[in-house]
Amino acid sequence: MTAYIARRVLSLIPVLIGVTLLVFLVMQLAPGDPAQIMLGPKATETSLAQLRHDLGLDQPLHIQYVRWLTRVLQGNWGRSIQLKREVLPFILERFQNTAYLTILAVLFACLVGIPAGILSAVRQYSLGDRTAMVLALVGFSMPIFWLGIILQIVFGLKVGILPVSGMRSPERTDLVDLINHLILPSLTLATGVTAIIARMTRSSMLEVIRQDYIRTARSKGLRESRVISRHALKNALIPVITVVGLQVGYLLGGDVLVEMVFSYPGIGLAMVNGILARDFPLVQGAILLVATSYVLVNLAVDITYAYLDPRIRYG
Amino acid sequence: MDSQDVKSPHFKGTDARYRVRPITEVEPGVQVRSPTQQALRRLRRDRAAIASAIFLLLMVIISALAPVLAPRDPIETNLSQRLVPPATPGYPLGADDLGRDILSRLIWGGRISLLVGFSAVLFAMAFGVLVGLVGGYFGGWLDSLIMRLIDILMAFPAILLAIAIVASLGPGLRNAMLAISIVGIPYYARIVRGSVLSLREQEFVYAARIIGVPDFGILIRHVLPNCLGPLIVAATLDVGWMIMAAAGLSFLGLGAQPPTAEWGVMLSQGRQFIRAAPHVSIMPGAAIFLVVLALNLLGDGLRDALDPRLRE
Repeated sequence: MTAYIARRVLSLIPVLIGVTLLVFLVMQLAPGDPAQIMLGPKATETSLAQLRHDLGLDQPLHIQYVRWLTRVLQGNWGRSIQLKREVLPFILERFQNTAYLTILAVLFACLVGIPAGILSAVRQYSLGDRTAMVLALVGFSMPIFWLGIILQIVFGLKVGILPVSGMRSPERTDLVDLINHLILPSLTLATGVTAIIARMTRSSMLEVIRQDYIRTARSKGLRESRVISRHALKNALIPVITVVGLQVGYLLGGDVLVEMVFSYPGIGLAMVNGILARDFPLVQGAILLVATSYVLVNLAVDITYAYLDPRIRYG
Repeated sequence: MDSQDVKSPHFKGTDARYRVRPITEVEPGVQVRSPTQQALRRLRRDRAAIASAIFLLLMVIISALAPVLAPRDPIETNLSQRLVPPATPGYPLGADDLGRDILSRLIWGGRISLLVGFSAVLFAMAFGVLVGLVGGYFGGWLDSLIMRLIDILMAFPAILLAIAIVASLGPGLRNAMLAISIVGIPYYARIVRGSVLSLREQEFVYAARIIGVPDFGILIRHVLPNCLGPLIVAATLDVGWMIMAAAGLSFLGLGAQPPTAEWGVMLSQGRQFIRAAPHVSIMPGAAIFLVVLALNLLGDGLRDALDPRLRE
């Protein structure tokens, strides 16, 4: 297992270097002169040249990349042009808010998706199975920004029981208020993932319950509930865990739209506002942080999978 | 052994005892269907997939005939009809905050969304297939290089990568389309590469190589047609994702820009009036949802039809 982990971690290094290179290049290609953006339209040519020199923008691209990467590794992620503050503490704070949303969404998706998938498989082709699979397809096909708006209209405006935007009510810092604000955005975010988890659990479960060892368990006279819970579920859930892990990474990036709908102060909203305000240090930092966490989540998923299924690490 | 015992298809003897029957010849009355015909037969039995295909065809026709079918100009404002509800005379689906007819905007918007979805998939598929074919078939350092580049692209959540590319190129419909196309490339490259890796070891590929068919010919005439099944399924499902992603980018203000009648833009603009006129954002969202649902149903149907082993 240790050898597998070491191999997997080592293979990550070129990917991470590639990620930093891509993030760097993407921002380099962006239209506009960073010095001009920082100093504004009234800047003189001399002050622009001085700032370009100070920022190292007059250096060749590969030198700029190495310097930028060194600064990033030292924790100096630059200053936001729009907010006039250090990028790293700001995006870490925003990332934490996004993490609350993501964790709650994944919890919800697992609590609904896994039991729905199991029941669908156990009662294959029943009315419940068909209903669950139609709902999964509907959930999977729904644009999350539209679903978010519908939930805002129904629960926030018509029924009026939940807040429809932001993360906290003014002058409240308690957990209940935070959870109230998180319910609608996390439900929105969870819908597509729930559908994917339910479909995956169903197909994995169907594959497992056709295996010989399940037939053996049944022929021993075990009750069906015990066959499912003690014998089938353990193996059926292995691929589901991978899917859940991959969805965590996907949600970290995909919640931009949900944060926009609910004006939720996460990293996605900060990124989009940064793009519209041409605040490139902020955008660069946010993209780098989300992409790195996505890579690390995928690593964790791979290691968990290899731990649970030895065929992977010896394969 | 008597020379006439050799049962070769090239044996031209007239003796019926030695006549070799071609393997394609079948008993009279037995109908033989090609794999494509069998797949189409299976697809025809899938009512949801057929209904979806008809719905999508209708959407394509309506969008193509937008100048003829749309009752009004999609950007013509009429402030006296501001935010009127659906079923108002002359405004069957109501009007937006500037009094523009929502039905006309939906019809024109369908043109953009469908065009963006299909062209982004075509672009991503063309590049992805090329990269996957070359990498998978030739292997070696070229394949390693391609795979590392794909790993890097896949190290980003898809929508985040699209946002990053739009951030670099600047907001706008064309850039958004380019961004989602680039994001789609690794998906196709991996599908094709996976298929090619197994196909290149098949006997018919060896045979083609032995009789001197050049590599390009082998790739195009023998390998590519065998990758088409999974590609068609992936592309059908992907059009839905592309339409949602493009609408999402427009919703964020990074794709199509107002006053363009595009579904994502319409949804985004309607958000400001969800209290007074929820229909303004519900209608374009419903259009996206129905098209994506139809594409997913059709994709599922095609997958079951092309590879019945996957059917549970």
